[in-house]
Amino acid sequence: MEDIIKVEGVAKAYGKHQVHKGLDLGIKKGECFTLLGPSGCGKTVLIRLIAGHEVPDEGRIIIDNTTVADSASGEYIPPERRGLGIVFQDYAVWPHMTVYDNIAYPLKMEKRPKDEIDKLVMKMIDIVGMKGLDKRLPSELSGGQQQRVALARALVADPSVMLLDEPLSNLDANLREEMRFEIKALQRQFGITVMYVTHDQEVALAISDRIAIMDNEGHIRQIGTPYEIFEQPADLFIFKFMGIANFLGVRAENGRFLVGTGNQEVPWEKPQDAAITNWVAAFRPSDVAISRDGEGLRGIIKRANFLGATMDYMIEIDGEHLRTEIVTHEAISENLMFKEGEECVVNFRALHWFDAAQLKEVEEL
Amino acid sequence: MSTIKKDSGFGVAQIILLISIAILVIFVAWPVLLILFNAFFVDGNFNSTDFYNVLTEPETFQALKNSLIIASMTTIGSTIVGTFFAWLVTRTDLPYKTFMKSLFLVPFMLPSFIGALAWKMLLSPNSGYINTFFMETFGLSEPVFDIYTYYGISAVEVMYLFPFVFIQVCGALERMDPTLEESARISGAGLFTITRKITIPLVLPSIMSGALLIMLYSMAHFGTVAVLGIEQGIYNIPTLIYEKIHQSGGSFDSIRTGTVLATVLVVTAAMIIWAQQKVLSRGHYQIIGGKSFRPMELKLRGLRYPLLFFCLAYIGFTILLPTAVIFLVGGVSTYGLPLTWENLSLDNYKYILFEYEVTKDAIFNSVTLGLAAAVITMFAGVMISYVIVKMKVRGKGILEFLGMLPFSVPGSVIALGVILAWSGKFGINLYNTVWIILVAYIARYMAFSLKANSAALEQVHDSLMEASRSCGATMWQSLKDIVIPLVRPGMISAFFLIFLPALRELTVSIMLYAPTTRTIGVAIYTLNEDGETVMSTALAGIALILIVIGQMLINHFTKKVSE
Repeated sequence: MEDIIKVEGVAKAYGKHQVHKGLDLGIKKGECFTLLGPSGCGKTVLIRLIAGHEVPDEGRIIIDNTTVADSASGEYIPPERRGLGIVFQDYAVWPHMTVYDNIAYPLKMEKRPKDEIDKLVMKMIDIVGMKGLDKRLPSELSGGQQQRVALARALVADPSVMLLDEPLSNLDANLREEMRFEIKALQRQFGITVMYVTHDQEVALAISDRIAIMDNEGHIRQIGTPYEIFEQPADLFIFKFMGIANFLGVRAENGRFLVGTGNQEVPWEKPQDAAITNWVAAFRPSDVAISRDGEGLRGIIKRANFLGATMDYMIEIDGEHLRTEIVTHEAISENLMFKEGEECVVNFRALHWFDAAQLKEVEEL
Repeated sequence: MSTIKKDSGFGVAQIILLISIAILVIFVAWPVLLILFNAFFVDGNFNSTDFYNVLTEPETFQALKNSLIIASMTTIGSTIVGTFFAWLVTRTDLPYKTFMKSLFLVPFMLPSFIGALAWKMLLSPNSGYINTFFMETFGLSEPVFDIYTYYGISAVEVMYLFPFVFIQVCGALERMDPTLEESARISGAGLFTITRKITIPLVLPSIMSGALLIMLYSMAHFGTVAVLGIEQGIYNIPTLIYEKIHQSGGSFDSIRTGTVLATVLVVTAAMIIWAQQKVLSRGHYQIIGGKSFRPMELKLRGLRYPLLFFCLAYIGFTILLPTAVIFLVGGVSTYGLPLTWENLSLDNYKYILFEYEVTKDAIFNSVTLGLAAAVITMFAGVMISYVIVKMKVRGKGILEFLGMLPFSVPGSVIALGVILAWSGKFGINLYNTVWIILVAYIARYMAFSLKANSAALEQVHDSLMEASRSCGATMWQSLKDIVIPLVRPGMISAFFLIFLPALRELTVSIMLYAPTTRTIGVAIYTLNEDGETVMSTALAGIALILIVIGQMLINHFTKKVSE
């Protein structure tokens, strides 16, 4: 499908701080695209560039086949003529206007007839579940309700693209979960293209058709479906960013892959690159299987924590450490309640190989 | 389906920036530049020796010294008084503290030259009511106190300026985290040690900043010195500028002396403001946060009521007594008559309100000038602060610099600059019209408007405006629909912050008035000069009533806004 938003070779700096350089990105029509990255990586800057609240130093931005910003020709279309809907992190609901007036504003700007405005606004209020609250002022609403108003306001004029800048980060955990499903549902209902910016990988996985991972330098590391990003991370940065990670140092010696300083081989498919001798075996705590005996890596329980529903173990294997969790009742039924100092056997359900040189780089980030 | 609409909205930001720069240049920067130019250039050539010569003439040099002496004494006095009362109402268990706190702000309302007028009637060596009372009662041959001295002038200034320090120190003491003092107390420090080692160092920046503010104000202060000093030949910089311009009818020499003095004033003001910024930024300890705490209170025990009595006596002596004298003297037919019931009437008040052209004109002029200046400056201030606080546009740095100017240009400097700029030398002659006063008022009160409006604008988050832009509103439309409604409280407060002081303005208008363009301040001052003491005081009484009504309106509006 064609790209509705195209970002081509965009650079943006604030004083000496270079946020973006040579950035390329394409967002397909009708998809929910998430830009995921740590705080301060320049996600918001990108969304502001697309919205027109910032002007790129270099490069071009094209929305719906119209160049909206081009540093070469000096072309620049101001935000009000880009036909976008935006939801901000701090809601940006106008405090001096009622819910109704907030939502009606984009339609008034389009000079639509009054009865049409009325119909559309009441419909939107209904869709976002704010029926009966149309005469309230924002100060009389909760954070979640204010964000619903912001969503309705962004959607009411039927924009081609909706940009959402961390719209859930000011909400509490329960509301966050509820709202992310609603945003997804609204996107499907309106068939609208959504660009969503967040640092929360859970939200990104839950709502996206595609995710782009941006690192602290503003580079895009990988673009893919949530499944691809989570299961086939392109590099260690992405693996680490997508959840709690364990790293075992592994050295390659004569075609054998040995953990830490010892002589135990990793019980998993070997990496193919022969040029690298220092490897990192990366996996999630949930990808570790422990047992009392049998095949696998021999390790020692260094720390055992009872956390109620789960047991949390820190295991040492030849100088390397890893953490794993096991559901308590399972641990009891399968005789896996270890004490500190006991020996155990470790196997993996999933494991990714990365060059150890990457680990240093990622840890510096 | 919304679609992208082509063509560009380029230029709006630049236009606003240019208008803002133009306003500040025309009203503030240009007059100041003309002063500097006239001070340093003789016949088109740079001449600093002449500048030095003018400065060291005995008369000018004495005025500089006087300004410094009076300002120093006033600053020291106000700092002591202000800090003491601030401590009393925030850190002790003084009865009726909140009420007392608001009482200590009342001196702000009383224009100091009206205060000076009252004290002149009370303490002038020959005929002052207090002096004659003591001389008659105790058979003294010498008056007890002579108000026409450095001490007298400074004392009167302290009475009406100390709230500057009071407000600053109150704020700092209220915001200070009490745990800092509590932890010192737990460590075994006594109250005296805590005060000396913890409290005072923490509030010192606020005290200093308030003191510098008073220094600046007093250096450039006209009214009190004009009323109490000129008779005894005590001139400070502003009064000498006035005297020079006034007596000579604008001859070259007098203008030159004026510009040299004004230059000194501008430089001093700039230095004081720089020092104040320095003190404030250095003193920005994390410890004084924005939160309100319940501070540790000193138990006054047996001193509670004596100290309350002392505060009330202070207020009575500095506020009630002068105000009463104004209204009483305004009620007698001739100054000097004993203030007894038989002698008092409302005739003077009726006369100046309904019959006397001079005072009727003056009231009309002050009200219309105040309104016009307040409205114009309010709107100009919103626009300029908007550019400074919100806009990202090249060339903003110039505006930021120009925006600092109004804060550091004293009234008499503005008046002189306005004379140089608008007396026909550059094509437009506003001299002897009300317009020149209006122009000067706009320059003088721009600082207030900038302060109130930028504070209000800082509260308006950028995303509110960005949201409306993305909703399809142009920049103008967003300003109209979003920004203006949200900064309206700031604009209203700017309006009153300008209108009220303009109503009682003296420093600027005294240098610019023509026979038909007297303001209330000028009329009070000139009537008093001409020996029409009772008319002058009656008008002062009317002015006080107007000011109190205005203040009540402010309180009413600000209360409404905060709700």
